[in-house]
Amino acid sequence: MRKQFVSTFESLIKKDKKLSLLLCDIGVFGFRNSIAKYPNRVMNIGILEQSTIGVASGMSRSGLIPVIHTIAPFLVERAFEQIKIDFGYQNIGCNLVSVGASYDYASLGCTHHCPADVALLKNIPGMEILTPGHPAEFDSLFREIYKNGKPSYFRLSEKSNIKSNKVKFGKANLLKKGNKITIIAIGPVLDVVLKAAEGEDVDILYYSTIIPFDSKALKKSMEKKSKIMVIEPFYSGTMSNLIIESLELKSIIIKSIGVPREFLRNYGSVEQHDNAIGFTSKNISKELKKLINA
Amino acid sequence: MGNIIKTSPHKQINFLKKEIAKVSYSSQEGHVPSAYSIMDLLWVLFKESINVYPRNQKISDKFILSKGHGSLALYAMLLENKKITLKEFGSFSKYHSKLGGHPDSNKLPNVLASTGSLGHGLAISVGMAMSSKILNIDNKIYCLIGDGECNEGSIWESVLLAAEHKLDNLCCILDMNHSGDRAIKLLNLKEKFLSFGWAVKTIDGHNHKEIKSSYKSYKKNKPFIVIAETIKGRGVKMMENSHAWHRRSPNKDELDLILEELN
Repeated sequence: MRKQFVSTFESLIKKDKKLSLLLCDIGVFGFRNSIAKYPNRVMNIGILEQSTIGVASGMSRSGLIPVIHTIAPFLVERAFEQIKIDFGYQNIGCNLVSVGASYDYASLGCTHHCPADVALLKNIPGMEILTPGHPAEFDSLFREIYKNGKPSYFRLSEKSNIKSNKVKFGKANLLKKGNKITIIAIGPVLDVVLKAAEGEDVDILYYSTIIPFDSKALKKSMEKKSKIMVIEPFYSGTMSNLIIESLELKSIIIKSIGVPREFLRNYGSVEQHDNAIGFTSKNISKELKKLINA
Repeated sequence: MGNIIKTSPHKQINFLKKEIAKVSYSSQEGHVPSAYSIMDLLWVLFKESINVYPRNQKISDKFILSKGHGSLALYAMLLENKKITLKEFGSFSKYHSKLGGHPDSNKLPNVLASTGSLGHGLAISVGMAMSSKILNIDNKIYCLIGDGECNEGSIWESVLLAAEHKLDNLCCILDMNHSGDRAIKLLNLKEKFLSFGWAVKTIDGHNHKEIKSSYKSYKKNKPFIVIAETIKGRGVKMMENSHAWHRRSPNKDELDLILEELN
C-alpha cells in the first residue's frame, strides 16, 4: 500500500498545484522524486509531529491541501491534541496517512504499535477514517476525497487482500448474502473472513470507510438477524458503539475479534501476532460456528 | 516602562480596558490581566501596522493569537475596528455568544485560528508563512505567544522550523509578562532565539514607538521575534503582576476601583 500511496500522490501532484506533503522523516526515500521535483510543497519536515500538524493546519487555512505522513503512533497518539484542535476544532481539511497499523512493526515493540488509532480518532467530531484493504482501494478512496475540505485519516497496512473491491467512500460492500449472522470485515482482514465464512449462511459487509459509518447497509443486513460478528484489525470493541448506534433499539449480540487491550510485548512477525490474536480463518470459522449456535 | 503613549490612543485603550473589566464583571469570566498586558501590542499592530482582514483575503497580512486566553484583548480590537458590536462584545462567554473565553475561528471570520491550548498558534503561523512563500504571496504573518507558552515543546519545534525554512515573512511577538517565571524562568531569551537563527528585537511592550518600529525590523531570510517586556494587568495596580488575578473577575467594588483608575 505504501508504494501505491507514492504513485497515487505522484500522479495527483502533477495536476494539483495545491497538493502538498509533509513527511516526518518517514517515507523520504519513497517520495524522493516528488521531493526533488516539488521541493516547496513536498518536504521532509523533520521529527516533530506536533508542529507538523500545526504547520499543515496553517497551510490548509492558506488554501493548500496538506498530506502528512508518518508511522501511526507518532502521527495519531503523539500529535492527537494537535489533530483535535488544529483540524477538528478548526474544521478544516487535511489528509493524514499512516503506516504501521496495529503491529506491522511487530519486531520493534509497542512504541511502534498503534491498535488505538481508530478508537482515538473516532472521538474527534468530523474526522473521516478510512481503512483500505488493498492498494487499489487506497488509490480510489484517496482520489475521491483528498480535497473534500475535511480532516481524513488513511490507515495503511502492510497486509492487503488478494483482490480489491470497488469501494466508495462512506459505503460498505455487501460481499456475501445469508440469513444467520452479519459479519463485518474491516480493510485488510477481509481475506481471512471470506475463507472462514465459506459455506456459511451469513452476510459479509466489508467496510473500507469506518467514519462516516455506513449504518444504512448494516441496518438493512440486520433486518431479520440479531447476531453480528465484527473482525476489527485494531482494538477489540472499537466498532461497537457505531454498530449499537446504527441499530438503535434492536437487541443484538456482538462478537468481536480484534486486538486485545494489552501491550503486545512479543516481537516476531505480523503473522505470529495474527495467530496469537486469532486473525486466522480457522479461529474465525470456529467463533462463527459458536455464534451461529449460541 | 516607557510612557510615551499619545493621549488619544491611551484614552481609547483605557476605554477598551474598561469595557474588558465591565464584561468580565458581568460574565464573571475572562483572563483580564493577560488581555491588559497585550493591549498596546495589539493596538499598534491593528491600528498602525496591519489591517483587520477577513480570512478570505488571502493576500492580506495575518494575525494569530496563540495565547488564546488573551482573547478579550483581541475582541476589544475587533470592537475598536468595528468588526463586532458593543452588544456582541457584551455577550462574552454567554451560551450563544460568538466570543468565548478562547477564540473560535468558526464563529469569527476575523479570527484565523481557534486557540486556547498553548503551543498551537506558532506552528499554524509557520504553516501560513510557508504557504505564502509557496503561493508567492507577499504578506506578513504575525503570531503572539506568551512567555508561559514557551514552556511547550511545540513552540521550540516551530522555532526550529521557522529558521530552517527562512521564514522572513513571520513575526512572532512574545508577550513577556513573566507569568511563567514561577515555574520556569526563561533566561537569556534573546540569545536563545539568536542561536536558533532568528532575528530578535527586545522592546518595552507598552511603548508605542518602540512597538511600531519593531514590527518593521525584518531581516532577509530570518524569522523575526519581538520580545516585548510587558506588565501583566498593565494599568490596574491591584492586578499588575498578581497571579491571583490570572483568571479572576472583579466584584462590584473592585470594578469601581478599576474603572476609576482607568479614568
